[in-house]
Parts: sequence; structure tokens; C-alpha cells
Amino acid sequence: MMDVFNWDGTVSAKDFRIGALSFAQKWESLNSAFPPWSWVPCPKHPWLASPELFQEEGYLSLENICISRPYEVDIDQNSQTDPGEEETSCSEKEDDIDDATLVQSNHHELHYCDFHIVYSYTFRVPVLYLRAYCSDGRPLLLDEIEKELPACSSKESPETKWAFITQEEHPYLKRPWYKLHPCGTSEFMKLLFLGGDTGQPKLEVVLELYLLSWFSAVGQVVGLRIPCKMLNDRR
Amino acid sequence: MRKAIQKRMEAKKYVWEGAIPLQIHLHESQVTTLPPPPPALILAPRIGYLPLLVPLIKPHFSSTLPPGVDTIWFEYRGLPLKWYIPTGVLFDLLCAEPERPWNITVHFRGYPGNVLIPCDGEDSVKWSFINSLKEAAYIINGNCKNVMNMSQSDQLELWHSVMNGRVPVRLYVWSISEDFDDWEDLSQVDSWEKISYINRPIEIHKEGKCFTLHDAMKSLLPEFFSDESLSDSKLARVDFEDAQKIPSEDVSSNKVVEDQGQNAYEHREACCISSSAEIKLIRIQGIEPKLEIPFSWLVNNLLNPDHFLHICVCVKVPQ
Repeated sequence: MMDVFNWDGTVSAKDFRIGALSFAQKWESLNSAFPPWSWVPCPKHPWLASPELFQEEGYLSLENICISRPYEVDIDQNSQTDPGEEETSCSEKEDDIDDATLVQSNHHELHYCDFHIVYSYTFRVPVLYLRAYCSDGRPLLLDEIEKELPACSSKESPETKWAFITQEEHPYLKRPWYKLHPCGTSEFMKLLFLGGDTGQPKLEVVLELYLLSWFSAVGQVVGLRIPCKMLNDRR
Repeated sequence: MRKAIQKRMEAKKYVWEGAIPLQIHLHESQVTTLPPPPPALILAPRIGYLPLLVPLIKPHFSSTLPPGVDTIWFEYRGLPLKWYIPTGVLFDLLCAEPERPWNITVHFRGYPGNVLIPCDGEDSVKWSFINSLKEAAYIINGNCKNVMNMSQSDQLELWHSVMNGRVPVRLYVWSISEDFDDWEDLSQVDSWEKISYINRPIEIHKEGKCFTLHDAMKSLLPEFFSDESLSDSKLARVDFEDAQKIPSEDVSSNKVVEDQGQNAYEHREACCISSSAEIKLIRIQGIEPKLEIPFSWLVNNLLNPDHFLHICVCVKVPQ
């Protein structure tokens, strides 16, 4: 059995795929405040006549998440959001904004975000890609994103200094997206598992919990918190 | 030994001095004078990037441009050109039959922001280049540090370590569906959707026979190699049990071996695309190396300054 002390904090593409599916399953059953993540398979060669061949690759997708803070929501808006809930708990945007009062008070415009978790073959770790936009579909600029998600800004605390946001082409969708730079990921993943006082976990346990642990750190940067019951679940 | 180094320096010189003659036309929507301005003739370095040519292009057209803010982008026969791909790679990829001079169109307005990442000139190019360099450094060294401070001797050491590790590779794959007499007869690539971009390091192990370009292609595109050649390949002998027997001090390469074993496993399951799918053309720095060429030669001589090997591949896939 491979030794966890020699582990460099990275995962294989195959382990990423397995871990992603199990993460999505856990999320769906234990995190009902949010819509579920879905696995989007991606053909290696989109131009093939039958692109579904060679579709082992893919990414996790969570879309249409409202990232605007609750107090910015217009109070006479026909909204299902309870301001007492967690910050990012809006569901489908169509439910909330077909109201004339919101259109008139445009300084309370809501911002939404799509999140994709994509595997990097270079760094051999997951990478978070995000794309933010207004309710009318207009893409948000970096400074607008950093205002909604202040932890993304590199000016923030030392703990988030690895959370460095750059604009890049999405590896599968080929459109401009933003990504959280994965440069320090393997190091902090190694620390997460070996830095604690939980003794030596087995490598197979580490790999199974990899995505969950990764997301518990990275998700915070974009305001997506994992409920404790999900972290404690060892099924 | 000195002769070998001399030869390597010569090959590097050809790469670094390689250039593409461009004939750059101003898009008709931006021509405000009569007669329209003649195209700009520019020799573009292969290893460079199109936005870096703007200081040469802009003065040529400035008197005919409409007033307003410039957002410069380039296009070839309707396809917006990705400015972060080296000029030589764009040419090798989009011009099946090399066109000399290469006729491209420049726009100063109407930046296609849904397709192209914004470019604010030289700074954007520099930033993108450094990011690629860091990525390559990570692949070769295992970390992103010290990339900007490498001395000549460091670089030499880098090549030796590369040949028993991972090589940064960017693969651009496009396809044709029937045979042809002339590259010129082929239909134009009119969308980036028609090109597979594979940004994935190639793993090299020193033992065994020489690792060739053929081996490299088979590891990245196993689906284009027919079954019978699979039995010769090292990949076929790796399966999951073997992967776990490898000593634990090499944990990271286990994953790659596992991945490659995975590839081979799925290859046997899914088979290749068709027995008549084949690789028609491989172009690196404008040359078409034979498949038998040692991959190390390509790494030692044809890398771009970002330390990536950019490989353009044309495959034939019968419909």
C-alpha cells in the first residue's frame, strides 16, 4: 500500500473523476440548501461524428448561484430568499426576478455565478473555474466579482494568498472564464491531511475525501460553505 | 561533444529566428479613406505573438482609422485568432498549405469578447507568457519557483531532467474526413470548436528503447492508433495491480502510470476510432518530423520560449 507520507498532495485523473462523483452525491444528500453539482462529460474530440466516444473526461458544474448579499435584495421583491439563511442560497434565478420592482430599482441588481471544478493535468489537482454575470446575462468584470467575493482578491489575508484569480480560457468550453490558480493546491492538500492530529490516514481514505477537503477550503473563497454534517459524514 | 552542442545551437537558432511573412489587411468596416490603405507587410517571429506586432501595424493604418478607442484583434478568413497562441503555431495549424505571405485581417473595433480573452496589449501577452512558463516549470521541476532566474547551466540541467520526467506539451488536433490531392483543397477551419486543444504533459521513462515521436503521439492520442500496435507498447503491460507494486517513493509517477494504464485499458475497451483513422500530419515549428525521430531531439531543439512543445496534428477520420 502506498505510503501517505510520500504523497505529494496530487491526484490522478481517474481518482478525480471518482472523487468528483462521490462528492456530488454527498453534496446532494447532505446540502439541500443548494442545487446539486452535476458531472458534465466532455468529449476529447468534439468534432468527431460520435463525440460520445472518448468521454472519460469531464467536470463538475454548479450554476446560477446568486452571489449577491442578502441585504442588497429589494425587500418588495417577490423573493423566496430568507435573509436569515446562508449568503448564497438562492435557487433558480427565474423564480426571483420576474418582478417589475426589481427592474426599476436597478442598483439592487443581482449577480450570479457558475462554478466548474475541472481537473488540471499539469498540476494534477482540481481547479475551480467561475463565471459571474448579471440577471440580464452581462458578464461581470473582475473588480465586480472581487466586490461580491472579497476573498478572491489577492489583497486579502495570508491564508487566501494562494487563492489567486486569473482570466483564462475554459479548457472544455473554450470561452473566457476566471480560475483560482492551482499553484499551491498540492501543498495545502498535503498539509490538510498530514498536518492534523488525526494520525496517519490511509491513502485510499485520503483520496476518497480529497475533493471534499479541497472544496471545504476553496469553496470558502467564493462564499460556498460546506455544512458541518457533510464534513463529518464518513459513509 | 562540442560538435553536438554546436549543432544544437544551430537548430535553436533556426527556431528562434524562424519567421512568417504576414500581409495584414485592415478590415473593410474600419476603412474610412479612399483609396483603402495597402496591407502592411511584416515579418513575424514564429515564437512571438500577434499583439506584439501592433506597434508596427498601427502607424501603418492610423490615418484611416475611425475615431475612438482601439481594441485590436486579428482574424484569418473569419476565424478570430487566439492571441496567446504563438504566431508560428497559428500558422502551422490554420494554413494546411502554407500560404506565403500569410494573409490575415486586423480589426481595431468590435472585439469578440465572447470568444477571445481580452488583450490590453503587451502586458496581457507578457502575463500569459509568464503563466505558461510557470506551468512548464511546474511540469519539469515540480514547482513554479525560480522560473525567471534560470541561468544557462540551469537550463541545460533542465533538459537532462526532462528526459526522465514530464515534458510540457500543447497539442492542437484538427480533422479531415476524406483523402485529398492537395492541402489547398481542404476546407478551412472555421471554428475553434473544430480543434481539440490538449494541454497535457507527456511522461517519459528513460529505460527501454528510445522514446520516439510515435510513442509520444500514442500516449496522447491512443484512439488514433490501431490495436495491433498496442501489444508492442509499454502501456499495454501496465494494469492497476502492477501500478500498486511500484515502490512507494515514487508516488506521483504512480498516478501517471495509472493514468496511462487507464488509457490503455479504456483503449482496449473502446477500441480506436476506426481502423482507417490515421494521423496525416504532424507539424512542430513548421517542420514535419518523421514519427521515428527521438522525442528528446524535439524537446532539445523545438521548444518555444515558454518551454512548451506546441504540436499541430491533422487526423483523418472517415465519416
